[in-house]
Amino acid sequence: MPEPAAASEPLVVFDNVVKRFGDTVAVERMNLEIHKGEFLAIMGSSGCGKTTTLRMLAGLEKPSEGEVRLSGRRMNEVSAFERDTPMVWQTLALFPFLSVRRNVEFGLRMRGMNAGARRAKAIEWLERLGIAEFAERDVARLSGGQRQRVALARALVTEPEILLLDEPMSALDANLIVRMQGVLARLQRELGITFVYVTHSQSEAFAMADRVVIMSRGVIEQVGAPQTVYRHPANRFVAEFVGTNNLLSGTVTEVSDERLAIETPLGDFAAPVNPAREAVPGDRCTFVVSADRATLSSEAGGEGNELALTLISEEFVGSVVTLHLEAGNGEAFRVQKQQRELDSLALDVGARMWARWNVDDAFVLPAE
Amino acid sequence: MSERRAIAWFLRAYVAVVFAFVFAPIVASFVFSFNSDRFPTIPLGHFTLHWYETIFGDPDVWEAFGNSVLVSAVTSVIATLIGFCTAYTDFRYRFFGKGAYLGLALLPPTIPLVIMGLAMLALLSRTGMSGQLHSIIVAHVVLCAPFAMAIIRLRLAQMDPSLEAAAWNLGASEWRAMGAVILPFTRPAIVSALCLTAAVSFDEFAVAWFVSGLNKTVPVMILEILQGNVDPQINAIGTFVFVTSMTLVVIAQVLVMTREPRRA
Repeated sequence: MPEPAAASEPLVVFDNVVKRFGDTVAVERMNLEIHKGEFLAIMGSSGCGKTTTLRMLAGLEKPSEGEVRLSGRRMNEVSAFERDTPMVWQTLALFPFLSVRRNVEFGLRMRGMNAGARRAKAIEWLERLGIAEFAERDVARLSGGQRQRVALARALVTEPEILLLDEPMSALDANLIVRMQGVLARLQRELGITFVYVTHSQSEAFAMADRVVIMSRGVIEQVGAPQTVYRHPANRFVAEFVGTNNLLSGTVTEVSDERLAIETPLGDFAAPVNPAREAVPGDRCTFVVSADRATLSSEAGGEGNELALTLISEEFVGSVVTLHLEAGNGEAFRVQKQQRELDSLALDVGARMWARWNVDDAFVLPAE
Repeated sequence: MSERRAIAWFLRAYVAVVFAFVFAPIVASFVFSFNSDRFPTIPLGHFTLHWYETIFGDPDVWEAFGNSVLVSAVTSVIATLIGFCTAYTDFRYRFFGKGAYLGLALLPPTIPLVIMGLAMLALLSRTGMSGQLHSIIVAHVVLCAPFAMAIIRLRLAQMDPSLEAAAWNLGASEWRAMGAVILPFTRPAIVSALCLTAAVSFDEFAVAWFVSGLNKTVPVMILEILQGNVDPQINAIGTFVFVTSMTLVVIAQVLVMTREPRRA
């Protein structure tokens, strides 16, 4: 190996990258590594910098500071058309004046491949995505799902090392999204290439990604496997953004080997010690209880982690029910259950109920 | 209810009268161009192609017609090229003073033609360029480019801005993306702009009259014939010019209304 350092480097490195548009900072000192062959989702609400991050990777924006490296090579000065970082666009951006096949051939045509070879290659990819029968059709005369597949085929036809996806499913209906998630995840496994998927949808990110990046206002809040981010949020922002977490804040009163006793305005609770966060009595701390880990009953038990609540409303989505409750001081609390688990409870609005959870199901946030 | 109906009928009649007012002279000219009588009077004489034979036999008419075709063809190409560049810079870039830039680009048609003609004559004669065919072309390009720009700009506004970036993303340099994406997308508008600017230039009288010198275009020639006498040849020429420019305008309009069928 002539360059062992480069060979061992991750496929993509964001090294202290800052992106400013005028006075606004879109991305603030980002450090991120993307590994070969992984499915990485970048998630956040609109304006958090996720799309800017993707566009910097594609060469459509230039970092104001820092360095973006692809396979060890500095990319800041490499223009978009000289990179092999195809993108699936939010609007899909299919060329309306070209047929399906000629859309897919576009990248090959720009690389100077001859007509026969690129036709064969395009057809091969259309077959792979199950839309070869529409090859000669106008893109305007396809359904949403078919257009999605054309966009994928067009991006993958050059067999890149990395594929960028910018909220590609935002125009699809819920059923189709689930189907396309399956198609994408399978494709990524089969091809073994890196997918970088930008989305605001938690379900899309968690369904497909190996690792999730949570961004807010240009800053990475947490990077980790979906399970980790879901169960062990790094801070208050992630805890509120991801999943349906209940947050309780209070003061540490006692520290034992494995437990913290925390006094809150709603009562005293116990939570397991988080090794990532040293705590001494007197510290302010926040812990989360995931909505699906709490149980409800209509009678007080009198011991353990228990919280008195009033039922405000019931939200029914398929087999899962989310109950919105309110604690004595007006703080919201949510409990998520399978519908049959709630059969034994009388769910009248205004009813008095008690939520209970195991100590180990609480998680103390490592940072506020 | 009946009152509302009366209003509706009144409005319809009003529109009919307006159209009649606009088109009657053209229709009259058309009809009399095939009439054998020397003066436009009713009852009509018999049907004849005599006036058309006269004008097509007249070398002056041919020369003027040739001038007009040449001027409008060259004008339409140059004006459309300038219009395209202006529309594209507006679509693609943001810069300081863009409002002023667009305002200036759209200004020429708002200037009264007589003033425009005089100003052009003053400028061109000072630079030693007046009295030639190319003087008319220069003046007409100034007049027509804003129309071309407006048409092409309208088309670019319908374009998904990520289309061009998608081309770069797939390995097209900026010039190749221009050829492979922007031009095909705007093609209907470009052809439409060519037709419309050609029609405007072909018809335009005032500015051409100021700057043309001895190189008459068709509208200038019509005026010179009219100054001399009343001659049914005018009707024949007028009909011919009308048909030519209407054809161009209709083609332009049809193409402007072409949109990509959008998915619901």
